[in-house]
Amino acid sequence: MTDTVSNAAGTPDEQQPFLELGLKDDEYLRIRDILGRRPTQTELAMYSIMWSEHCSYKSSKVHLRQFGEKAPKTDALLVGMGENAGVVDVGDGLAVTFKVESHNHPSFVEPYQGAATGVGGIVRDILTMGARPIAVMDPLRFGAADHPDTARVLPGIVAGVGGYGNCLGLPNIGGEVVFDPSYQGNPLVNALCVGVMPHDRIQLSAARGLGNVVVLLGAKTGRDGIGGVSVLASATFDEGSEARRPAVQVGDPFAEKLLIESCIEMFDRKLVVGIQDLGGAGLTCATTETAAAGKVGMHVWLERVPLREASMEPHEILASESQERMLAIVEPSKLDEVLALAEKWGVLATAIGEVVEGDRLVITWHDEVVVDVPPRSLSDEGPVYERPIAQPADFELVRADRAETLPRPRTGEELRETLLKLVASPNLADKTWVTEQYDRYVQGNTVLAQPEDAGVIRLDEETGRGIALATDGNGRYAKLDPYVGAQLALAEAYRNVATTGAAPLAVTNCLNFGSPEDPGVMWQFQQAVTGLADGCATLGTPVTGGNVSFYNQTGSTAIHPTPVIGVLGVFDDVARRTPIGFQDDGESLILLGSTEEELSGSEWAWALHGHLGGVPPRVDLAREKLLGEILIAGSRDGMLSAAHDLSDGGLAQVLTEATLRYGVGARVVLPEGADPFVWLFSESAGRVLVSVPRTEELRFTDMCTMRGLPWNRIGVVDKVGGALEVQGQFTIPLDELRAAWTGTLPALFG
Amino acid sequence: MTARIGVITFPGSLDDRDALRAVKLAGGEPVSLWHADADLRGVDAVILPGGFSYGDYLRCGAIARFAPAMASVVDAARGGLPVLGICNGFQVLCESHLLPGALRRNHHLHFRNRDQVLRIESTNTRWTSDYQQGEEILIPLKSGEGAYMADEKTLDALEAEGRVIARYVGENPNGSLRDIAGITNEAGNVVGLMPHPEHATEALTGPSTDGLGFFTSVIRAMVAA
Repeated sequence: MTDTVSNAAGTPDEQQPFLELGLKDDEYLRIRDILGRRPTQTELAMYSIMWSEHCSYKSSKVHLRQFGEKAPKTDALLVGMGENAGVVDVGDGLAVTFKVESHNHPSFVEPYQGAATGVGGIVRDILTMGARPIAVMDPLRFGAADHPDTARVLPGIVAGVGGYGNCLGLPNIGGEVVFDPSYQGNPLVNALCVGVMPHDRIQLSAARGLGNVVVLLGAKTGRDGIGGVSVLASATFDEGSEARRPAVQVGDPFAEKLLIESCIEMFDRKLVVGIQDLGGAGLTCATTETAAAGKVGMHVWLERVPLREASMEPHEILASESQERMLAIVEPSKLDEVLALAEKWGVLATAIGEVVEGDRLVITWHDEVVVDVPPRSLSDEGPVYERPIAQPADFELVRADRAETLPRPRTGEELRETLLKLVASPNLADKTWVTEQYDRYVQGNTVLAQPEDAGVIRLDEETGRGIALATDGNGRYAKLDPYVGAQLALAEAYRNVATTGAAPLAVTNCLNFGSPEDPGVMWQFQQAVTGLADGCATLGTPVTGGNVSFYNQTGSTAIHPTPVIGVLGVFDDVARRTPIGFQDDGESLILLGSTEEELSGSEWAWALHGHLGGVPPRVDLAREKLLGEILIAGSRDGMLSAAHDLSDGGLAQVLTEATLRYGVGARVVLPEGADPFVWLFSESAGRVLVSVPRTEELRFTDMCTMRGLPWNRIGVVDKVGGALEVQGQFTIPLDELRAAWTGTLPALFG
Repeated sequence: MTARIGVITFPGSLDDRDALRAVKLAGGEPVSLWHADADLRGVDAVILPGGFSYGDYLRCGAIARFAPAMASVVDAARGGLPVLGICNGFQVLCESHLLPGALRRNHHLHFRNRDQVLRIESTNTRWTSDYQQGEEILIPLKSGEGAYMADEKTLDALEAEGRVIARYVGENPNGSLRDIAGITNEAGNVVGLMPHPEHATEALTGPSTDGLGFFTSVIRAMVAA
């Protein structure tokens, strides 16, 4: 028998399984207090989902406030944090929305579907804002490259990202593939989507207008994904994880493609007054959030929801995370047009509810009231925790163990060998095996994609206006210092965008951490958020939205704290983008920024010594900003033919990638007195290698000198030699370099 | 007076807008056509674009062939209307029996997107007359089920009649028999091609502009006629 509100009122002492649903004693008591009675079975399910870590941000909220409080002033922000994704003005009446989210635990349990629905979910977030999705990116992190479980997880995740995104017609323009044993039992699958719309098409989620109809669009509701957010995303993995497969949703990208096209046509014809996607927490989240945002009441007739399985009960229908669904609020006079449009695209559309007076969400099941709640109590007034915070006990010890003391290669021959080993290490090796599985051409506006520093997409074919996007993160740096690590990730993404010539505008983030119940993890989180908020204030780029993913650990071992930062930049004309590859013979190679002896946390220390300790590279955000301005000016005035940012692997890696991009070599002459090892492998931040035509060299270096940016001329592009030569040290033919760089991933994954 | 080239959008078509753009860049007049509408609006040629029509469910192209617009295309193609099927469009043409053979899953089982060198093997079609015989062109390939298959007899006939219009150069990217990237029908008006010429029409966004020739070929012939 269905547990109704009147039944609940009459049976106050009935035992309820709130602990099994992940609610704590005091949380359960608060629900009883809010309702003035015990919750019905359905209400209890709804509270348990909405008050889960994943939906309520109960452990992170007190820290995330800094993003708003410290946000730099900007006119570009059209919609800030709180909606499904932030929206920024990119000029010419166009608005861009972008966001990155995690789908970590589902992807470990079921790699293909977990990753696929991760893409599907973030795409719907972008669509919900009124935007046409135009590209995706995928920052991925796996355990050790040669671990057997990586061979299980990686191919499925890559195929899932590709399978869903390719079928939606979204170019994949970048991302990351990182290996580290800390992610062994808990890979990170983050997905970013970006979309574009005219200003006047921006949609909000608030339900408005008494008598307006609540329409459910898209797929039928099934039993898949029940408990996705409360079970999978809000708890630590343990031995029973394999039994959680039914909590992973199953994706149908074709259904999503039709949903996208039908929704955009509805937005263009101004047929909806509010819209919300159904993601984690499904119908529960969509109904409570739209009603709460609109400060209205809502009545939902739950038996009208089209089901895949007729035997589903109310709490299952409300908790289902079946994919490819949206909830639209429609004026009654426009309902017929909405239904007709949905039919044109073969999308199921069903009126399931109505906006009503008052401030209650009432859900009936065959005329019996099963839910009667104030929606704000679910969506906005969930528990908030100030979790205990403590610096990890080994923090100072690890920092004292510096990589600068490790044995180094000394001779030219040793340096050569080190370079070849490093470029073949899984983190630095060519990622074509992965990126070839993604469509980067669809929509015909991709100007740059991986392996470039940032993805660049043209928005307007007439004017050439466009955007650049990059995501970066470095768990090792963040482990050594989460405050600095978050700023280094921000600085790198910012630099990557500026390196293409785009002006950085706004930031999104996906904060992947261990269990918030561990004070050490909570300290890392607090440090990283503070570092990021401070960094965004200095750079003048606000955080527009993002996602927190806790409980990324196996047993008591947390992953490296991994803030993944996405930076969006804007171009007035994408035709002036700067690519990474050397092309023209005789051009001067100029290294911008200063090179210090900074090897702790570096790829060299990790890949060749298995060492992680010391203090990460220093970050100077004012310098990053100046560097960005120089790169943008260089692009605007046609002074640069190539530019590539230095990060993991340092100068050696950049020379490898820039020469192999078009198969054009280089002769490097390091400055007098420079330590060749430090210059080749240090990971000092704030550096970019540029290729400058001889005719522009003086003008460019004068600009750098005048503005106070250190620079060094370190060689020339050599189209004839077919080799990478570091004068006085070694020469590597490009064929040999290419073989080392490209062989690793195919050898590991087939 | 220019040629009007129609591009059919099926549910799940992805490269339809790219094909329309390519027609425009080649100097033609692009016309959007809808799968559920049997009226081809008097166009001079039709392109079946890439994508995942009907989610590639059942078999790539197997459901799209039953669209009302396809009934009109099959009739018109038998009457000589130039038809180009790109990627998923090639699969639809095979399912519609306008072209022989079938496209199967890549031998390595992965979706593969790479810039691919092709050799033009026949300029004797409505869509390749602007190329030189033996010319090598660079255009993107992006497909999971791109391996062309047919029985030996059919393959021999295609070769003998000069109906293989393009072949992969270098490493075979998907296991296509005899490195076949594209074929034509006996009359030379219907062409199926696995790689994507519409993604190689602008230097800014493509690996080259080598793909334009497919579109200029058909337009030039129309305007001259």
